[in-house]
Amino acid sequence: MLTHTKRIIKTGWNSFVRSGFTSVASILIMTITLFVIISLIFVQAALNNSLNDIKDKVDVTIYFIPGAEESSIKKVEESLVKLPEVKNITYTSSKEALSNFKDKHSNDYLTLQALDELNDNPLGASLNIKANDPSQYESISKYFESDDALVKESLTIIDKIDYSQNKLIIDRLTSIINGAKKLGFMVSFVLIIISIIITFNTIRLIIYMSKDEISVMKLVGAGLKYVQGPFIVSGILVGICSALLTILIFIPVSIWLGNNMTDFIGINLYQYYKSNFFQLFIIMLGSGILLGSISSIFAINRYLRK
Amino acid sequence: MIYFDNVTKKYKDNFSLQEITISIAQGEFVSIVGHSGAGKTTLTKLILAEEAPTAGSVFFESTNIHKLSKKDLMNFRRKVGIVFQDFRLLPNRTAYENIAFAMEATGKSDEEIMEDVPHVLELVDLTNRAFHFPHQLSGGEKQRLAIARAIITQPDLIIADEPTGNLDPMNAKEVINILKKINDLGTTVILTTHNKGLVDSIKKRVITLENGRVIRDDKEGKYML
Repeated sequence: MLTHTKRIIKTGWNSFVRSGFTSVASILIMTITLFVIISLIFVQAALNNSLNDIKDKVDVTIYFIPGAEESSIKKVEESLVKLPEVKNITYTSSKEALSNFKDKHSNDYLTLQALDELNDNPLGASLNIKANDPSQYESISKYFESDDALVKESLTIIDKIDYSQNKLIIDRLTSIINGAKKLGFMVSFVLIIISIIITFNTIRLIIYMSKDEISVMKLVGAGLKYVQGPFIVSGILVGICSALLTILIFIPVSIWLGNNMTDFIGINLYQYYKSNFFQLFIIMLGSGILLGSISSIFAINRYLRK
Repeated sequence: MIYFDNVTKKYKDNFSLQEITISIAQGEFVSIVGHSGAGKTTLTKLILAEEAPTAGSVFFESTNIHKLSKKDLMNFRRKVGIVFQDFRLLPNRTAYENIAFAMEATGKSDEEIMEDVPHVLELVDLTNRAFHFPHQLSGGEKQRLAIARAIITQPDLIIADEPTGNLDPMNAKEVINILKKINDLGTTVILTTHNKGLVDSIKKRVITLENGRVIRDDKEGKYML
């Protein structure tokens, strides 16, 4: 059994090395397939990243009237923290609001001058609320419409809640991103299927060229496994080489994308590649080996059955 | 050893073999002669179970070859060595590996392979070509290599289907001499050919086919058509 396996591996290796051009051709074809797969992983990562980015930008801010007591605001904050939907709350005092405003308009001399004309700080304090999920903002803003005693009391100091103004934009962006994700997934799926079919046919063609060889092996009295084995080993070797080649090609590609396209894509693909290198490597290797071996098995079984 | 019992083989509407009944004994050297299309190759394909007869049966010893299971067929084929006109060597393997393959297929150990292969290579005078690939060998060398592959497993029967068809007279003669030598050692040989000179020089049994029928079967025959 061991000798058998050893011979199959050795023969598979020999035929892979000696086939030279055909091996190179199938490696190139499979590399394209793996390249498509890894590119689609990148696209999905970029889309996910933008979705998270947008999700992160969504928030609800409660503006309090100027001069509202800090202790009353703190009370509101405490009651909000208790809500299960709330992820975190940032308190901005009216003083901070003023200095933020001044920073923001540091080049706008007129505005600053107008501000100086006022004796009091016109800006109120605010609470910035982040929910666990964008869909939960609605329930948070509705909280202030409830009959809670604390809520009723705080309503007097609340100037406005900006949720409804953001709502439309938030909803639209979420649906665009979700649509893009779905479309991306469908396109990836089709592309992957097409490239798998191409790889499969390339390997089938190569085995077709060996059909006389297969018939000779059978006539010499070789068992099915013994005929099939070396072809599968060659297929696996093609898979491994293609995986290595793809991984190598993607190093300069991701560096270039990282340097030039980060702003456009919204994610540094080189960093992404680096931090997920091991996982991506395993995915490539696994896909290559699986594709190579399964294609070989299917292709050769056609000629073994006869 | 081999027995054809009223065998007919039809391809679509053409009879390739018609009601053939012949028996070949252990240790015989049988030349099967006839024009192209007389049915010589079909006869060998029936023995190897590459084709099934339309009617009748082919026996090896007392088993019907065409009723063997896949596994038994594999074992049967290991008892038969085959030599083809077009050599049918494995292109990606060296001469040594081509011969070793037949032994590996039958599950021989590495030690046996290392001992037997050089011996057979010497027998067919290819020792200094052992590590050449088929495309680096001449026609005669290829055919000698094919014979070496056929005999390495010490088969009971050698089938040589037009083995000299692609060879010049010198090489053809050499191939026949090797086959005769193998026959002298006790292996049954079935040779199909249409080379008159060679058949006459062998001086053994000759079966003549014409249009799929046996028209002559001479014990020490000559090529007469």
